[in-house]
Amino acid sequence: MLNASNLECVRGERRLFSGVGFRLAGGEMLYLQGKNGSGKTSLLRMLCGLTPAADGEIYWRGEPIGRLGDDFRAELCYLGHHNAIKEELTPLENLLASARLADEALDPDAALDALEQVGLLGREDLACRYLSQGQKRRVALARLVHERRALWVLDEPYVALDTAAVELVAGLIGAHLQRGGLAVLTTHQTVAVSAGAVRELQLS
Amino acid sequence: MNNRLINWFKYASPQNFYPIAGKLIPWFVALTVAFGLAGLYVGFFVAPTDAQQGEGYRIIFLHVPASWMSMFIYLVMAFWAGLGLAFNTRLSGMMASALAPTGALFAFLSLWTGALWGKPMWGAWWVWDARLTSELILLFLYIGFIALQSAIDDPRRADKAGAILALVGVINVPIIYFSVKWWNTLHQGASVSMTKSPSMASTMLLGMLFTALAFWMYSIAVALLRARSIMLERERHTEWVRALLMAKE
Amino acid sequence: MLKLIRAVIGRDLRLAMRRQADVVSALFFFIIVVSLFPLGIGPETELLRKLAPGVLWVAALLATMLSLPRLFADDHHDGTLEQLALAPQPLGLVVLGKVIAHWLVSGLPLALLAPVLGIQFDLPNDALWVLTLSLLIGTPALSGIGAIGAALTLGVRGGGVLLSLLVLPLYIPVLIFGAGAVDATMTGLGPQAHLSLLGALTLGGVFFAPWATAAALRIALE
Repeated sequence: MLNASNLECVRGERRLFSGVGFRLAGGEMLYLQGKNGSGKTSLLRMLCGLTPAADGEIYWRGEPIGRLGDDFRAELCYLGHHNAIKEELTPLENLLASARLADEALDPDAALDALEQVGLLGREDLACRYLSQGQKRRVALARLVHERRALWVLDEPYVALDTAAVELVAGLIGAHLQRGGLAVLTTHQTVAVSAGAVRELQLS
Repeated sequence: MNNRLINWFKYASPQNFYPIAGKLIPWFVALTVAFGLAGLYVGFFVAPTDAQQGEGYRIIFLHVPASWMSMFIYLVMAFWAGLGLAFNTRLSGMMASALAPTGALFAFLSLWTGALWGKPMWGAWWVWDARLTSELILLFLYIGFIALQSAIDDPRRADKAGAILALVGVINVPIIYFSVKWWNTLHQGASVSMTKSPSMASTMLLGMLFTALAFWMYSIAVALLRARSIMLERERHTEWVRALLMAKE
Repeated sequence: MLKLIRAVIGRDLRLAMRRQADVVSALFFFIIVVSLFPLGIGPETELLRKLAPGVLWVAALLATMLSLPRLFADDHHDGTLEQLALAPQPLGLVVLGKVIAHWLVSGLPLALLAPVLGIQFDLPNDALWVLTLSLLIGTPALSGIGAIGAALTLGVRGGGVLLSLLVLPLYIPVLIFGAGAVDATMTGLGPQAHLSLLGALTLGGVFFAPWATAAALRIALE
């Protein structure tokens, strides 16, 4: 379903990588590895269509993502380094706002359920500014609980999480893969995910 | 037909364009000098003395062509920038960046010669007439473009951002000109105007044409020169630039 | 489509309500700048009345310039701008929503405050009405055109000043027709022509500028 060929990345004036390609089918996870600065985040952003590739093409369901445009983005969920939450809003307001802006249906009960699953019950009405780093990350990850989009692109999802939370997220990814979804992620921690085939790509 | 298409894009790569630009520059310099001398000759010796303004009016041989060039270059700059944005070619963006300082120079020259004309003719270094005021705003647009590009470190982002600014500017230039004209006619305080210049004897028009051509040739020569140095700077990590610099040593 | 714009406006307004200091300080800037002119020029009523339209409009321009950087900067810093760019909705519509929300918390209060300040300049009543009307019609254009500058200078060194340099020349037609409308009222010519041209600029600015802004945002996100 996701197909990349001959990708090249130039950042500033350095070529980070070239000739990178892979195929990913439903139910599979791609585990992106490489040293710091090898271009992992750039590759993830290329897959999302945020950063244009210096060379190469990315195909989703057989079509180039540039041509698909909004149709591709309707099936994409990206979690980057930033949490993408507004500090002035509460976790509940953040979840509801981002769902509305992404044109996803999310009613308040489902949002509260998601916050409960990531362990933020009791904090849902506190402005995010007053939460800890780990808690803010959990607000960002709460999106995944009800996320039904096919492709998940996650940049270091386990950062700043304790073991219980790491297990939770791994569980969410596993459930997503079992539903036939795809996941591409980078992480410095080795975490076992319970389902699906795992492919690895090393950026040197 | 296919062959021609391939050739065009071949010359759109900096590596191929660099030597061509180098060969063209001396020709344009020669044309600049030729047209410049012709223009000055007509301006000083052939064109008749004006009945109302005496000899001092002769500065329009610099002022009017400079205005023409400042506006023309903005259009060309926006064209190249837009091309670079649409086709993602590196060279178009470099040409736009190379043209901007020359355009700004002509805008400034137009303002300066306008002041030099105004003082002996009407006693004021500056009048807020429609043409001069629009020229001033055009200078601001050029400076904004140059400032934006120099503030952005990544050259590709600088090219694309500059392109959007230039295209927005091009759409706005007629709007700005119209609004300034409106403003000027309603506030008819100063009755002096650069547009109320002496009636154009054909020799005067010829002189201005020569100078305009001289400025045009100069712009192309300088833009090519600047583009070459931009190419060297941006592509300094590539093979062909290294080979070139080593050959020079 | 309308749902998206409403969602964006709703979110931005809620954020503005929780960060009232930003909004209020821009208004105080407007008041202070307007007060500087009589102090610099002298208290002669005739002169101040003549200068009032220009002074009030220029101060409104500058106050709008102050509030432009935060249009996209906060969203850029916390990653929400990326998410907006990744939504399966046209980014231009999102920008339109943000521009409308920006106008509601900057341009609209300025327009409502201006007649109060106009009284300090001894403007006649009909001029005060036209002043408010011209600002109401013209400030959306300022937000729309300013958004282009804000997007181009996102994350760039020298942000605020560079933004002003880029955007102020583009504001000049709005200034000419806006201040001109008030001036025309005072000289008896009638503001209709100026106000219609101003309206045309605003329509153009508000409906076409968001697409240039969206393109500039995508470039900034690369």
